[in-house]
Amino acid sequence: MAQLSDDTQTPQGDTAPAALPGDGLREGIVDTLRNDIGEALLDTLLKPNDDLWVRVSTESWLATGQALKAAGFTYFCFLSAIDWMPSPFGNSQDDPDDEPKQIDMTIKQGYTGGETRMQVFARLTDIDRHVGITVKADVADDNQVVDSWSQLFAGANWHERECHEMFGIGFNNHPDLRNMYLPGDFEGYPLKKDFPLLARMVKPWPGIVDVEPMPDFEEAADAPAAEAPAGAIEGAES
Amino acid sequence: MTLTDRQQLSYIASQAADARLNVELETEGMTLNIGPQHPATHGTLRIIARLDGEQVVWAEPVAGYMHRGYEKLTEVRTFPQVTSLINRIDWLGSFANEVPFILAAEKLMEIEAPPRAQVIRTILFELSRIANVSLFLGDLGVQMGAITPVFLAFRDREYILNLIEGATGGRFHPNFDRIGGLKDDLPKGWIQETKGAVKKLEEFCDTIDDLLFGNEIFQSRMRGIGVIPADIAKDYGLSGANARASGIDWDLRRDQDLPLSYDLADWKVWTHPDGDSWARCWIRLQETRESCKIVGQLLDQIPAGPVMTKVPRIIKVPEGEAWVATENPLGEMGYYVVSKGDLGPFRVKIRSASFNNISIVPWALKGVYVPDIITILASLYFILGDIDR
Repeated sequence: MAQLSDDTQTPQGDTAPAALPGDGLREGIVDTLRNDIGEALLDTLLKPNDDLWVRVSTESWLATGQALKAAGFTYFCFLSAIDWMPSPFGNSQDDPDDEPKQIDMTIKQGYTGGETRMQVFARLTDIDRHVGITVKADVADDNQVVDSWSQLFAGANWHERECHEMFGIGFNNHPDLRNMYLPGDFEGYPLKKDFPLLARMVKPWPGIVDVEPMPDFEEAADAPAAEAPAGAIEGAES
Repeated sequence: MTLTDRQQLSYIASQAADARLNVELETEGMTLNIGPQHPATHGTLRIIARLDGEQVVWAEPVAGYMHRGYEKLTEVRTFPQVTSLINRIDWLGSFANEVPFILAAEKLMEIEAPPRAQVIRTILFELSRIANVSLFLGDLGVQMGAITPVFLAFRDREYILNLIEGATGGRFHPNFDRIGGLKDDLPKGWIQETKGAVKKLEEFCDTIDDLLFGNEIFQSRMRGIGVIPADIAKDYGLSGANARASGIDWDLRRDQDLPLSYDLADWKVWTHPDGDSWARCWIRLQETRESCKIVGQLLDQIPAGPVMTKVPRIIKVPEGEAWVATENPLGEMGYYVVSKGDLGPFRVKIRSASFNNISIVPWALKGVYVPDIITILASLYFILGDIDR
């Protein structure tokens, strides 16, 4: 690939930065990844001028990490999980005196789809080519375990500990899955959607008032939202 | 009771025998517990270090004394309400925390702030960097027993905090950034005052350069201590000045395309090849100077116009996922925002810089001597709220 020149290696940082990445570069990355892991690459999404998402099979989670690291994604950004189940408690923004709303509990995954309620996702960056990638993988509902990246990226160690504690996802071959924040005997996984936020249960959120429609909402939406005050454009160019 | 010569000699002989035995058998060592309430930990971080004599053989930070569960709390807030939470992640540079989240929401809504708001955002962003890092520079001296720099830092940071208060109304938690722009325009006279304050901060940098970085004791405590090579730094996801001190030429202000106004200013990304404690501190000193330069240049280039684009009063963010990271005072800070088209986010993953930066501590402290624990921790620079979130 033409973009892979070594000109970006500037230890003193006094030369011009490399050009920002184009979508052609991202397409090339998807092709490289498909070469490396083949059928395990389940879905990809490339938003023009924005970002790249890929979803891989659970079994190839570790192989994907290895392939991406070999392809230049050496900078580990983060690793976490998403619970795609809608919260059975709603968003706690409704007036407690109203009739409780019927909550649609169908699980709908986000970009690049998926089949399971839980997904792990991670972000890696290629510092030389100035491009990032978000990798997702399903986590089976009956066996919430994926392979650990901690041997591959040392920084994944803490992120997996946090993910295990907050979502209850296990990581194969992780050296030390102790809790980071909570006491060791804490029950439940706080970031799962079916874990209630007890503070909201006992006292409704006073910020409810913010989201009530204002009486003049219709007119306000048509008018410009804000004008610069006349006295405040000091220092303006024109 | 007085000891006879014979008793004293036999005591010394037994001590010597013990010492020899210890050398042969390898001593059991001791465990040194630093924190959770120790000045060097900037709050409530606990470091457990197992020592063999003066050397650390194993060390681990224990976080979680200040975990506030922001990722859960964002799920029960509306998008505009979230900024008041995330202000408190890195409390020394709080405006900088708001920007990436607001940018992520704007990306999902496919709107962009007006040019005037973008420039003011960038100025406030850099002012919070100066407020944050100037305190770090002052605090460096305290870690080594020099008291004076911290008073200078607190004195000069006040100029910046006053400016932030003047523009936003809040000294520490401005909560000023809005989806689509800013809450208000700048007050009258603010630009002139900022120019004066930036000059003072540049003088502060020169003073610290003389007082600390030119100090022989400081250099001998910092040079060659706690070296982190570039590949290890990338492996752990070190960002910001910590990565640039290891020779990684990577700055999100320059290396990505965001609606912020860094391209209007002429400035430089500093890197250092050494990767030691001294390099990390030196990079931060240079960055404060660059921030002063950026602010000084942008103040002359604020375009006229509104500071708020047209957004509905009730903000519903369309369904989608967005990742936006910015170069915050501590390093790369990013938000992965998942929206389901509701008033509030469905899930927000907060990637804070200090979490990754401090996860390298077990690696970096292995084999160092006890006094260096403090200087290495200080040079890695973390904010507790940024680790625990």
